[in-house]
Amino acid sequence: MTETVDDAKSAKGILFVWLVLVASTLLEVFVAYRHLSGTLTLVLLLTLAVVNGYFIVAFFMHLKDERRSLILTLVPATIYVLAMMNMLFPDGIRLHLMKPPLH
Amino acid sequence: MATGEVFNVGSAHRQTPLGVSSPYGITSRKLCMWLFIASDAMTFGALMVAYGYLRVGSAQWPRPFDFSPSILNATTMTFVLLTSSLTMAMAVRAARGSNRSSTIQWLLATLALGILFVVLHLREWAGLYHEGVRLFQNPWGTPNFGAAFFSLTGLHIFHVSAGVIYLACVAIGVGRGTTNSDDVEISGLYWCFVDLVWMFVFPLVYLMSIRIA
Repeated sequence: MTETVDDAKSAKGILFVWLVLVASTLLEVFVAYRHLSGTLTLVLLLTLAVVNGYFIVAFFMHLKDERRSLILTLVPATIYVLAMMNMLFPDGIRLHLMKPPLH
Repeated sequence: MATGEVFNVGSAHRQTPLGVSSPYGITSRKLCMWLFIASDAMTFGALMVAYGYLRVGSAQWPRPFDFSPSILNATTMTFVLLTSSLTMAMAVRAARGSNRSSTIQWLLATLALGILFVVLHLREWAGLYHEGVRLFQNPWGTPNFGAAFFSLTGLHIFHVSAGVIYLACVAIGVGRGTTNSDDVEISGLYWCFVDLVWMFVFPLVYLMSIRIA
């Protein structure tokens, strides 16, 4: 009986996470068509993407149920490497600003 | 494997061959999948940074995506992939509950949604191809757009296609009794990771490039 109640709870939990993800995706489309500044749109969309990512990793991939040692092994290292890649962006901007005129 | 006891792998099996408990409390196969996912996240991260680098380095990056059909199609693709993650989570739940027939049904539903995603994506590609987008040329004058777009989305389509084959193998294995609940859970990790990547591709590639009237 307890298992049946737990099963129903877990199914409801999965469905709730799915609804949050669908709502967040629709919000992204709404934000994209608000014609805000490019930077603000990027920040808002990235924030929503990170929120979606958290829900997928924590609930659909069940990382929140794993031992803390696994979470601490995987998450900080991955985020660190991904963050370090962004060091390239200033060079991309320099490329654009220092490009000689076409004619 | 008629009973659910062997199909559902309990914590007693989560030990190394020497009988020592894993420091992470998971099987080595599951740890390998997590490590693969972390490294694959870096691969996709590198491609997205390359996409962004080219974009900020270009004077005028193309914004070719109209609401209909492109954004509507991409939003539908996102919905399909999110729903496939839901069905995959239900498959894992059914596998943990030792319900083999239900596990197979949810796996097949996930597989069908994966195929639908690939079909919708290829339709999107065909539309861009007809507009004249190629790897190193397009009608909007920034040659690298095609290369950046097709490599990023192409790698994702490859992952989804590989996932469809993987899930088919797992479903067959569950039917034959050669795979257990841990295998279903590990395949679920891969499938949800593919969904996770799309959560970043959709806003960064599509929504940041909507056509402005």
